[in-house]
Amino acid sequence: MKLKITHTTSYSYDEPVSYALQQVRLTPMDNPQQKVLNWNVAIEGGDTELTFLDQHKNHTMLVRVEPDRNEVRIIASGEVETNDTVGVLGKVYGTAPLWHFQQHTRRTAPGKGVAKLARIIGTTDSQLDDLHTLSRAVLNAVPYGKGGTFVGTTAEEAIISGGGVCQDHAQIFVSAARKAGIPARYVSGYLMMNDRVDQDASHAWAEAHLQGLGWVGFDISNGISPDERYVRLATGLDSRDAAPISGVRMGTANESMIVSLQIQQ
Amino acid sequence: MGSDRKNFDEMLFGSEGVRQPYDNYEKWFGSEDPARLTKKSKEAEAFFRRTGITFNVYGQAAAQERLIPFDLVPRILSSREWTRLSKGIEQRVRAINAFLHDIYNRQEILRAGRVPIELISQNAAFLPQMIGMSPPGDVYTHIVGTDIVRTGEDDFFVLEDNARTPSGVSYMLENRETMLHMFPELFSQIKVQPVSDYPKNLRKSLAACAPHSCEGKPTVAVLTPGIHNSAYFEHSFLADQMGVELVEGHDLRVVDGHIAMRTTQGYKVIDVLYRRVDDEYLDPLNFKPESMLGVPGIMDVYRAGNITIANAPGTGIADDKAIYSYMPDIIEFYTGEKAILKNVETWRCSEPASLQYVLEHLSELVVKEVHGSGGYGMLVGPAASQKELSAFTAKLKSNPGNYIAQPTLSLSTVPIFTKKQLAPRHVDLRPFVLVSPNKVSITPGGLTRVALKAGSLVVNSSQGGGTKDTWVLED
Amino acid sequence: MLGKTAGGLYWMFRFLERGENTARLVEAGFRIALTRSTDSETEWKSVVTTAGVKDGYGAKYDTFNAANVVDYLLRDTTNPSSVISVTEKARTNARMVRTALTTEVWESVNENWMTLKSALKKPVKETELPAILGIIRQQSALVRGALHGTMLRNDIFDFAMIGTALERADNTARIIDVKYYTLLPSASFVGSSIDNVQWETVLRSVSAHRAFRWLNESEMTSSTIAEFLMLDARFPRSLAFCTKHLVANLGYLAKDYGERLPCHDLADSLQSKLKKNDIGSIFETGLHQFIGDFIRENNAVGAQIELDYRFNG
Repeated sequence: MKLKITHTTSYSYDEPVSYALQQVRLTPMDNPQQKVLNWNVAIEGGDTELTFLDQHKNHTMLVRVEPDRNEVRIIASGEVETNDTVGVLGKVYGTAPLWHFQQHTRRTAPGKGVAKLARIIGTTDSQLDDLHTLSRAVLNAVPYGKGGTFVGTTAEEAIISGGGVCQDHAQIFVSAARKAGIPARYVSGYLMMNDRVDQDASHAWAEAHLQGLGWVGFDISNGISPDERYVRLATGLDSRDAAPISGVRMGTANESMIVSLQIQQ
Repeated sequence: MGSDRKNFDEMLFGSEGVRQPYDNYEKWFGSEDPARLTKKSKEAEAFFRRTGITFNVYGQAAAQERLIPFDLVPRILSSREWTRLSKGIEQRVRAINAFLHDIYNRQEILRAGRVPIELISQNAAFLPQMIGMSPPGDVYTHIVGTDIVRTGEDDFFVLEDNARTPSGVSYMLENRETMLHMFPELFSQIKVQPVSDYPKNLRKSLAACAPHSCEGKPTVAVLTPGIHNSAYFEHSFLADQMGVELVEGHDLRVVDGHIAMRTTQGYKVIDVLYRRVDDEYLDPLNFKPESMLGVPGIMDVYRAGNITIANAPGTGIADDKAIYSYMPDIIEFYTGEKAILKNVETWRCSEPASLQYVLEHLSELVVKEVHGSGGYGMLVGPAASQKELSAFTAKLKSNPGNYIAQPTLSLSTVPIFTKKQLAPRHVDLRPFVLVSPNKVSITPGGLTRVALKAGSLVVNSSQGGGTKDTWVLED
Repeated sequence: MLGKTAGGLYWMFRFLERGENTARLVEAGFRIALTRSTDSETEWKSVVTTAGVKDGYGAKYDTFNAANVVDYLLRDTTNPSSVISVTEKARTNARMVRTALTTEVWESVNENWMTLKSALKKPVKETELPAILGIIRQQSALVRGALHGTMLRNDIFDFAMIGTALERADNTARIIDVKYYTLLPSASFVGSSIDNVQWETVLRSVSAHRAFRWLNESEMTSSTIAEFLMLDARFPRSLAFCTKHLVANLGYLAKDYGERLPCHDLADSLQSKLKKNDIGSIFETGLHQFIGDFIRENNAVGAQIELDYRFNG
C-alpha cells in the first residue's frame, strides 16, 4: 500500500525565544515492512544544525529555532510503500544488543501494576499468545482516554490513573514484557485510520522480540498487530527515546503546539 | 586504627637503614635544622592559601574553602620502580579503552562469556547513548588516574581505575612548584624527573583527539560546573596552564552543527571539550532534563562527529568497582598478555558464596560501594566498632550487589614531618595518564595521598588526608 | 575572550572600586564628625545616601550615627554594597575569570579578601577605624599595582579599566548629586563655616582636599570645586578623567576587535557633553539636572557594553 503523508507540527511561544533546540525523529527508514519512496522534513523558522543516527539507528535531526521567533513549524512529508507482514518485522538488528531491550528506564520502571500484568507471560506455552493476551489486558486495565496522562507519565503512573493514550499503552506493554524477561521496545510512527484523511495525532505501539520470529509489533490501543496502514518512524526503550520531537528552550516562554496529520492512499 | 602487621616503609628499611632511593634525601634531611623545616612548612600553607589552592567541601557552608594539607617530605621512587609501574599502567589503560569500545559496539567480551552480561546490563554506568558510537581516534579515556598502593618492595596493586574525571593533577603540579620554591637546593643535589610538562602534554593530547571535522588548529576548552564545584580550583588551573578557555554550560550553544562558546566577538567553535561535568548532567536534552550545568544537544553534536568530549561519556562502565574484579581477564582478553600490575583480591557481594565469606570475615575486610568514591560509604573492618559492623551487615544483606569487599592491605608508609621529627604514615599513589590515538603518556610521579592520622588507612582529602610531592629519580 | 569573562572582569573591578569608594566616604564622614561639632546625624545620613544604600539602611536602623553607619557600610553582609560584600563579590568574580588574570592580580585580590575578612570580623571600634580604613586603601592599591604592573595591555585589561572608570564616575557623580546644593553659586557664602565644612566633606569624599588646595590655593569657591570634580581631567576621580579613560579603553577594544559598537557612540556622547560645557553653562542648565543626566547616561553606557560584548548571552 502506498501511503502519502503530510505531518505538520507548529510550536508557538507566547514571547520570543532567544534559544531553543528541537530533536526531531520524523524520518522513516526502509525495513521489511516499509520502503520510503520519497521523504522530506522542512523547517520553517528554524535551521537543521545536523543529522545523525542515534543509538537505535533512528534518523535524528537537531533543529535550532531561529532567534527571537514566536513560531516554528516542522513539516514532514512524503510517500511510503508498506506491506502487511502480519506484524512481524523479523530479525532486524542494530548495534544495541538484545539485553538492552530488557533494561528499564525511568518511564518504564515496573511497579506493582506492571508486575501484575507481567504475570500473564508464561501462562501458556506460546509467548506470542501470551503477548497478545497482555496487549488486551493492558487496554482493559487502562482504557483509552485523554487527559489523565501527559508526555512524562510513567507506565506505572498510567496504570494508577486508570486511563491513557497510545503512548501509555505501549509503555506499559514494554515494561511488562521486560519484567517477564522478553526484550521489548517502544515504536513511534503513523497509522492511517481508514475512515478519514485527517488523523488525530501520530501513533505509538510496541515491539517484542521472540525467539524464531524476531521483532513482532503490537498495537495495544487498537488490539492488533501493525499491518500495511502503519509507518514506523523511530524506536527506543521508551517514549522519550523514540519521541518524534523533543526540545529544550531558554527563558520563560510558554509553548503551545498544534499538530496536523494527513495520511491517504 | 589500622593493622598491627609490620608495614613496609618506603624510606626506612628495618635495621638496614634507609632504602636506596631515599639515600640522598636522608643525608640532606639529617643536616637540616627542624626549626627551619617547621617554618618552611608554615610558609607552604600560607602560600597555598594565598594562591587559592583550595577545595570546597560538600555539605558545608558554600563559602567553605579548605586546604589539603601538604607534607614536605617527598615520596621517592627509583626510575626502575617507575618503569615497571608505568608499563603496567599503560597496559591497563590500553585494555580499558579497548574494553570500552567493545562494550559500546560488538561486545565480543560478553559474547565470549569472559565478563557476565549482567555486570553491564544491570550497571547504571552503562550509557545507552554511546551504543554504536566510536569517538574520534577511538579514545574513550583521554585522562586516567590509576590509584596504586604498595605493600612491599615489589608488591604494587591497582586499587581503582579512575576513568571518568580523575582529579588531583593540579596538586601534583603545585606540590612540585612548592617544593622547588621551598627547597631549591634539594633539586640541584638530587635529579628528579620533571612533571611540569603535564599541561602542555594535556593540551597536545587533547588536540590530537580532535574530530575529523576540525580544520586547522583545534580549539580546546575546559567545561566546569562552576565556581562552587569542589574541584573548581583545578578546573581553572588546568585551563590557565593549557592556555584555553574555561567555560560553563551557559557559555555554550549549538551553532552551525558545532558546539560554540560565546565570546566578546560572537560564537567560536570548540573542537575538544575537556569536561569536568558528570555524564548525567552533561546534556539536558539527552540526559537529566533539569540539569543546569550541561550543554543541550552536545550528545547530538558528538554523535554527528563534530566535537570530542574528554573523557567520553559512558566511561564509568570501566572503572566501576564490580568491573574492577574482572580487570585481569579484561587485560588478557584485549592484549593477550597477563596483567603486569596486580589487582587486589575482591569479593563481589552479588555472588552468594562471596557474600557469605564477606559477612563471616567482615571485621578483617574493607567493604566499598560499587559506585562510591571519595572514601564515603565504605567500611574499614579492622577499625570498625561492633555497632558499625552490624549496621553494615544489614546493608550488605539488603543490597549485596551494591558492595564489594577487599582484604585490608597493609599499605606502605612514607614518613611525614611532624613538628620535629619523621613519623610513618600510610600512602597511596595516583599517577596521571594521557591517552591520544597513538600514544599513552604517563607523567613520572603523580599524586601521593597520605593519611595524616597515625595508623589510618583513609587517604582521601575529604577525610583528613594530605598530599606529598612524588619524585621519580633520574637514572 | 568569553563574554562571561569580560563581564566577570568588568564587575570585579567595579566592585573593587566601589569598596574603595565606600571606605573613602566613611573616612570623610568620620573626619567631619570628629573635627566639627555640627549636625553629625545629617552628615552620616548623606554618607549613607551617597553610598546608595539608604533604603537598606533605613530598614535596619532608625537613626544615623557613626557606629551604625560604619558597621553597615563596612561589614554588614546584608548590605550588598558594604566593603565586605563587594570584596567578596570581587573575589568571586576573580575566581570565575581566574584564567584571565596574572598570578599577581589573583593573589592580590585573594589576599585583599582574606585580609579584610579578618580585619572586619568583629565590629570596628572607633579607635581602630583609621587603621582599618588604611588597610582597605592599601589592599586596594596593591590590587591596582598588580594590575598595572603585570597584565598585558589587551582586551582583558580594557574591560578591567572600563569597569573601574564607570564605577568611579558614578561614585563621584553621586557625591555631587547628594551635595549639589552646597555647590550652587546662589547658596555660597564665601567664608562661612557651614560651607567650608560641606566643601571639605565633598573634597575628602574623593580624597581631593590636598590636590584641590595645591591647584586652587586662593580660590575656594563652589564653582571652582564643582569645576574641579567634574571637568578637571588632571584629577583621577573627576568625571572628565573617568570618561576620558572609558572612551579610550572602549576605543582600544574597537581597534583590537575591528568593530565599533553602539556603546562607543554612547560613551562619546557622554564625553562630549563634558567637553563642550564649561562650569558656567552647567550652572546655567542646572547642576542637579546635569549631574542626574550624567548618572543615567553613564549607567546606560554600562548596560550597552554588557549587551555589545555579550556578557550574559
